Amino acid sequence: MKDKNLVSITDFNKEQYLKILEIAADFEKNPNQKLLNDHVVASLFFEPSTRTRLSFETAANRLGARVIGFSDSGSTSVKKGESLKDTIIMVSGYADIIVMRHPREGAARWASEVSSVPVINAGDGANQHPTQCLLDMYSIMQTQGTLDNLNIAFVGDLKYGRTVHSLVQAMCNFNATFHFVSPEELKLPSASKMHIKNNKLSYYQYTELSDVIPIVDIIYMTRIQKERFSDPLDYEKVKNSYVLDRAMLQNCKANMKILHPLPRVNEISEDVDETPQAFYFKQAENGVYVRQALLAAIAGVK
Amino acid sequence: MNKEQRHLNVTAIENGTVIDHIPANNVFKVLRILNLENNKNQVLFGDNLDSQKYGKKGLVKVSNTFFEGNEINKIALVAPTATFIEIKNFEVVTKKQVEVPDQIKSIVKCFNPNCITNVENVPSRFTVVDKEQMKLLCHYCEKITGKNNIVFR
Repeated sequence: MKDKNLVSITDFNKEQYLKILEIAADFEKNPNQKLLNDHVVASLFFEPSTRTRLSFETAANRLGARVIGFSDSGSTSVKKGESLKDTIIMVSGYADIIVMRHPREGAARWASEVSSVPVINAGDGANQHPTQCLLDMYSIMQTQGTLDNLNIAFVGDLKYGRTVHSLVQAMCNFNATFHFVSPEELKLPSASKMHIKNNKLSYYQYTELSDVIPIVDIIYMTRIQKERFSDPLDYEKVKNSYVLDRAMLQNCKANMKILHPLPRVNEISEDVDETPQAFYFKQAENGVYVRQALLAAIAGVK
Repeated sequence: MNKEQRHLNVTAIENGTVIDHIPANNVFKVLRILNLENNKNQVLFGDNLDSQKYGKKGLVKVSNTFFEGNEINKIALVAPTATFIEIKNFEVVTKKQVEVPDQIKSIVKCFNPNCITNVENVPSRFTVVDKEQMKLLCHYCEKITGKNNIVFR
């Protein structure tokens, strides 16, 4: 994977996913490995994202790399009207790897085409966020011992949730059965369903969260955002229907775990945090190991 | 004026290309895509001409100009039925049918306003994922631009 870009989750194949997860497991056991002492990692956040940026920068630091960059384009020459192309060409003259988050969809792909060093997409608008997808896969693997033949429920905003679309695409490689729980307005887009059908896998759609709890191995919760509804009344109708609380977990499978890309608002009640099913904070921690694995693999040291 | 006198004569060309069977009202788009707006040779075009096959059609005749496969296929989006007829010494030499290409570059605008190609100076690039329904997958934002949303840059 040396010098490879990671812009979209489909840039990697099944073997490469598994390789990254294997390296990540090694970093989890032994996080401080100064493998990138002579490397500079550019962390270019054209829009703020606390968790992703801190997670990447922690990963780079644990590998001994130096980090340059910015956490908001407000303080950069982008403000002066510099094009993305010029910024990327300039930074690729300074750093060995570029990690970037940008509000426009396709920005990371474009950057990877003008950059002379590898580009890792840390989110491009509503399009892709492949490192989130890898850490979701790592968390599924860690909790289930396998990625194969699982029943996975996705709950909440399935229409706009980019993490959902990427994870659905990736899990199509592992013979998953998909269960989609959402209000009518926020159902999974047809492109994602097409992907499942093309892989000859099955999916089921629900509007009631309680229907899926007893049958699935993973519940992937997402936040329903008010601004996604054209009619505020529609939001009021559904806002409390996709909230998971402790009482609802009584009849779940013993191995079932709850994931969430975070930030959570109220869709997982705090009384769930103490249950054996809650895995979302550990999932966020896993982001560091997966990003270490990715940086090390792309730098060619793992 | 009798019927004969009202008949419009479009002169035959000695050397060049006739683009026939363009869907009515798409002639101007074809002229733009093939950059014939800037061609220095004689260009004749007609729209809403009677067609036995399609009812109405558009037609372009351009002297001393010949088109390669890639250029021909560029107009597939607006004129999938078109035929390119090459003329040499007033004789038809070849007829080429338009084929929908696998990739479309630069000529179409991505319909996603938040796509980087609509914000920065980036040439657009699509993979044609459905040639019958004309669904174009943007190489950058990964959104699909459908037949009804196709706008030319």
